[in-house]
Amino acid sequence: MFDRFLHWLEATSPAVAISESSWLFPGIECVHVLAITLVVGSITMVDLRLLNVNLRERPAGELMAEVLPWTWMSFAVAACSGALLFSSNATKYWGTVPFRAKMLVLILAGLNMLMFHATSFRSIAVWGRGPHTPRAAKISGGISLALWIGVVSLGRWIGFV
Amino acid sequence: LQDFINWLGDTPASLTIQKVFWIIPTVQIVHILAISVVLASMAMFDLRLLGVAGKRHSIVSLSHRFMPWLWGALIVLAATGSILIIGEPNRALGNVAFLSKMGLLAVAIIVTLIFQRILKRDLENGSSDLAAPHLALAKITGVISLALWLGIAVAGRLIAYAG
Repeated sequence: MFDRFLHWLEATSPAVAISESSWLFPGIECVHVLAITLVVGSITMVDLRLLNVNLRERPAGELMAEVLPWTWMSFAVAACSGALLFSSNATKYWGTVPFRAKMLVLILAGLNMLMFHATSFRSIAVWGRGPHTPRAAKISGGISLALWIGVVSLGRWIGFV
Repeated sequence: LQDFINWLGDTPASLTIQKVFWIIPTVQIVHILAISVVLASMAMFDLRLLGVAGKRHSIVSLSHRFMPWLWGALIVLAATGSILIIGEPNRALGNVAFLSKMGLLAVAIIVTLIFQRILKRDLENGSSDLAAPHLALAKITGVISLALWLGIAVAGRLIAYAG
């Protein structure tokens, strides 16, 4: 069932165009890499605040409200460009370890974010003004940082298989 | 140049990097992570110069916040980039994309240094932030800087494709 979907995806006209063109893949890949660097760089700012490493003088909630819209915009670009790259050789990518691992790590990053929002984020207006972040927020920030470094590493690995 | 590339490729350091399969991917990952720091920092700073984002922060406060990250990350990039060149001299040196990247990088650094100097002068002259007559210049700097850093990252990725 899923294999049929992958074969169908590879045969769609954008996918065929990308795999047949000599410049479409590198071009989309550049957009993908740019978007990911912006996702990771901006999320790192928030994670380091949660870890109490820097920006301690900034209210955490205010920093997140300011930075995260840019993160989400970049993530949308990364997801769309990534989907296009994937479609050009869907069956091959799906069969590789780093691709599957990257998707898994992305899901974990999403779950970590949901967990943070369900717990320490609720009282961010209180602790976010002070220089000390609660332990749960530090753990969320640390896990997020580790997972996003994992996403970049696995993404780079996909290019080597 | 080809002689230099051949010589570099035969040095013990290069041979080690070529032999140990995980060095290049690992160093590339650190390189990409450092680029994330540069691009995100400079995007935030340049968008502020353009007046698009972060307007409640002064230019000087964001400069103090992001410049140390820029210079720190550039040191990491120079170190990891050097390892990649030593390991694969034929891939980078003489490569059009690599040379373009170095050219754009030089211009980006010069633009940044000039802007920082103008900002510093304004502060020394008693202004609390970038002086009002320099705000148009800030916008131009923001556009140029943003284009340069994005171009540097794109050129870097294209090293893998260009000859």
